[in-house]
Amino acid sequence: MDRIALPGIGLQHTFTTETGQRLGVISHRSGQRDLVIYDDDDPDTSISCVQMTPEEADGLADLLGTSHIVERLAELERQVDGLVTEQIPLGTDSPFIGRTLGDTATRTRTGSSIVAVVRQGTVIASPRPDFRFQIDDVVVVVGTQHGTAAVARIFRDG
Amino acid sequence: MDSHATQLLMELGAIILCLGLLATAASRFGLSPIPLYLLGGLIVGKGGFLPLSTSEEFIEIGAEIGVILLLLTLGLEYSASELVTNLRRSALGGLLDIVLNAAPGVAAAFLLGWGPVAAIAMGGITYATSSGITAKVLGDLGWLGNRETPVVLSLLVMEDLTMALYLPILTAVLAGVGILGGSLTLMIAIATVSIVLLIALRFGRFVEMFISSPNNEVLLLKILGMALLVAGVAQQLQVSAAVGAFLVGIALSGQLAHTAHELLTPLRDLFAAVFFVFFGLQTDPAKLPPVLWVAALLVVTGIATKYATGWFAARKAGIGPSGRMRAGIAMIPRGEFNIVIAGLAVAAGVDSQLGPLAAAYVLMLAIVGPVAARLAGPLIRRRRRIRAAT
Repeated sequence: MDRIALPGIGLQHTFTTETGQRLGVISHRSGQRDLVIYDDDDPDTSISCVQMTPEEADGLADLLGTSHIVERLAELERQVDGLVTEQIPLGTDSPFIGRTLGDTATRTRTGSSIVAVVRQGTVIASPRPDFRFQIDDVVVVVGTQHGTAAVARIFRDG
Repeated sequence: MDSHATQLLMELGAIILCLGLLATAASRFGLSPIPLYLLGGLIVGKGGFLPLSTSEEFIEIGAEIGVILLLLTLGLEYSASELVTNLRRSALGGLLDIVLNAAPGVAAAFLLGWGPVAAIAMGGITYATSSGITAKVLGDLGWLGNRETPVVLSLLVMEDLTMALYLPILTAVLAGVGILGGSLTLMIAIATVSIVLLIALRFGRFVEMFISSPNNEVLLLKILGMALLVAGVAQQLQVSAAVGAFLVGIALSGQLAHTAHELLTPLRDLFAAVFFVFFGLQTDPAKLPPVLWVAALLVVTGIATKYATGWFAARKAGIGPSGRMRAGIAMIPRGEFNIVIAGLAVAAGVDSQLGPLAAAYVLMLAIVGPVAARLAGPLIRRRRRIRAAT
């Protein structure tokens, strides 16, 4: 998913579906959300731009069944200067495969929080300390630049 | 109540009511109300059909506040970090924008024999795209999602940053300080702008702690008061009141800036309308016909140079042909800041034809820009389809 800042307006996320349709969402600072559908032959051009109030956008998001977590994180990152989110994929060599979130002690060691884990495309929000990691999990961390980098190191080297 | 005050109330009421009607008409056709406000001002006032007797003085102060509010809300639109990231990313496009679009105005001023001071003002008048009108066009036509839109917005941000440096220079030159004094003012301006950006980036939190309040009334009064005060001090230092207000806007960011923007918008709309009327009032309609052909020439070159700017910036960003065309067209509208610049020049007493010329120029481009964008959308799409078919 691509993220672009629209100065004075807000943020835009775009992505391409498996069937090749390019879609975008513009998050206005006012809370308005635009759903943008792009031309099949011309990725630069939107053929439709559906404007939604925050309530309508929430309703649509609920219907689509996705968690809001990605957007919330982006929002958080935008509001709080110096806060970054990082996604850390777990390779086969990570010492924490098969071990629990509590074992990593990331929060006490780095001050950063693991707010979600993405497993096979589904988001597990706020994992508990007894949450057990598997290969190919993606860990979503929020913290300072320094802290999230430290978490990435912990997952790589223990 | 004495008869002077009664007369004032009636005149003001009638003017504001007329502005309301003009704005209704403009929104019906999806146009910016700015050209209609200007026309309204031309019709009443100096040399017009309905000279005003008592309200001119009030309108003059209102216009002053209008300029400050225009710049304050513009500053609130962008955060300091947005400005700085943009500066790194689109400096080249921004530079091209300045060179291509200021040149026609500068050339026109010299060809007409108005001298170098008027040339600096005219350069600014032909240069600035109306970020307000362009943003509205992008939203209305559903162009916000297009891939060229970030390029267009970056150019607009660059223009605003340029304004922050240009306005103090203009103010200094108009005050007749000469080259040496001018460069001193420029240094002061650059230093002030850099310091404010630094404060906003590093210590924005403290400024916000001072201003921030859960009560909207308190917030409105604090921000408005601070903007007017800083604008006044800036004027005193000859850095231009407008720039002072702009910097106050920049210094605030995040949720606070957003709330402040919402609170100030109705006030801005009222006083900005007063400002446009005031500019129209000052302009003698009898002086319009002689400058019309110059204005028309500048309009044609103004369309061509802005189109080229948008086109090149979009091409550099790797956007396809239809996106390049849209970027070019979106940049065409001129509006509020061109009039702000012309207003400063007129107040300082440069050539008496500059005011009417700027009015005619903005009148045309504020209308042509959005209309061209509206017409271009279907044309660009058809052209693509024909291309795809062959």
